[in-house]
Amino acid sequence: MRGTVKFKSIVDAIGHTPLVELRSYSPRAGVQVFAKLEGHNPTGSLKDRIAKFMIDKAEREGLLTEDKVILEPTSGNTGISLAMIAHVKGYRMKVVMPENVSPERVDMLRLFGAEIVFSSGEKGTNGSIEVAQKMASEDAHYFMPYQYGNQANPQAHYETTAQEIIDDLPGIDTFVAGLGTGGTLMGVGRRFKEHNPEIKVMAAVPHPGELIFGLRNLDEGFIPPIVDLDLLDGRIVVESENAFKCTRELTEREGIFAGVSSGAVMACAKRLASRMEKGSIVALLADGGWKYLSSQLWTRSYGDMEQNTQNMVWW
Amino acid sequence: MAVEVRVPSLLRGLVGGVKSIQTSGPTIGLALDDIEARFPGFKERVIDPNGAIKQFVSIFINGEDVRYIQSLDTPLLDGDQVSILPAVAGG
Repeated sequence: MRGTVKFKSIVDAIGHTPLVELRSYSPRAGVQVFAKLEGHNPTGSLKDRIAKFMIDKAEREGLLTEDKVILEPTSGNTGISLAMIAHVKGYRMKVVMPENVSPERVDMLRLFGAEIVFSSGEKGTNGSIEVAQKMASEDAHYFMPYQYGNQANPQAHYETTAQEIIDDLPGIDTFVAGLGTGGTLMGVGRRFKEHNPEIKVMAAVPHPGELIFGLRNLDEGFIPPIVDLDLLDGRIVVESENAFKCTRELTEREGIFAGVSSGAVMACAKRLASRMEKGSIVALLADGGWKYLSSQLWTRSYGDMEQNTQNMVWW
Repeated sequence: MAVEVRVPSLLRGLVGGVKSIQTSGPTIGLALDDIEARFPGFKERVIDPNGAIKQFVSIFINGEDVRYIQSLDTPLLDGDQVSILPAVAGG
């Protein structure tokens, strides 16, 4: 008997991640909490989905050709996903990334052959965006997918992430995910509101701590052009300490090994679950824990880590 | 009633360099008026000329964005903690 191999390339293996119930997070009978494990994607994060959509779209529209170098500002995950696909397809790849990210991100980008331009750590990812935009405007050889303004980013989540969740859990009541580019929340949010306008779409955002010294004033904040804040039903800020605690707790309670932004999302999911009488919450866990092992978050107390964590970009 | 406002590093120059200041309600909008009376120039950094929260600024009460509660009319309760933060990107 002959089998049918479904995947012709690693790029075809993106998506279809597991939705897993987190029984220990149910505060009372009738309230269920689920996690969508995006760490199961080929490079270990949900960004594989948008990288594939952005590159496919650019190829279709003739914007990405062999002579171009793909250039993208990123805090890491999108760069890694683009670098993997660029490597498979034979494109050159360059990323602009803050200098203060975990060393695993640097290693992963290099193993896929990407060149890295480091931007000021004090400005975080906002600073990487500025640098990449300047580079792209000065050299026509660059093709910049620009995840912050590219509709293929939310579209990837509209067509794949959201649909997978609806297929698994049509009765979902609340969705919570991290806000980085806004692509997940916008794409999933739009699809969910079509499915059932009553579904609540909640954003978890990182507390920037002392990381914003590089900004001269509050007006230098950045809201990605793809974001429509009116689509959200709420936004909750989570401090690094709590995000780390919840990341570790997730491993201890459920055996799920996820990244730091997932801890922040779980902090929000717990708060929302505690207020619910009945219903279901889906927490989207954007990446696996592998890229954060060097932080020693699973093996050291937060007090010991604090010095090193305050000045790092975590998502 | 006591409410703690955590001052972002970008605004600390306006409040004598401290990381947090005390204020009272009964709403976040009135609390900002109270802070402005003591530290002139503070409010215009957070609120636009039309009286709305600036586009790239968010005000959180106990971690929750007031835009999705009652904006500047959101009531404050004793012990609440207010944070003012610029929007930062990830990805």
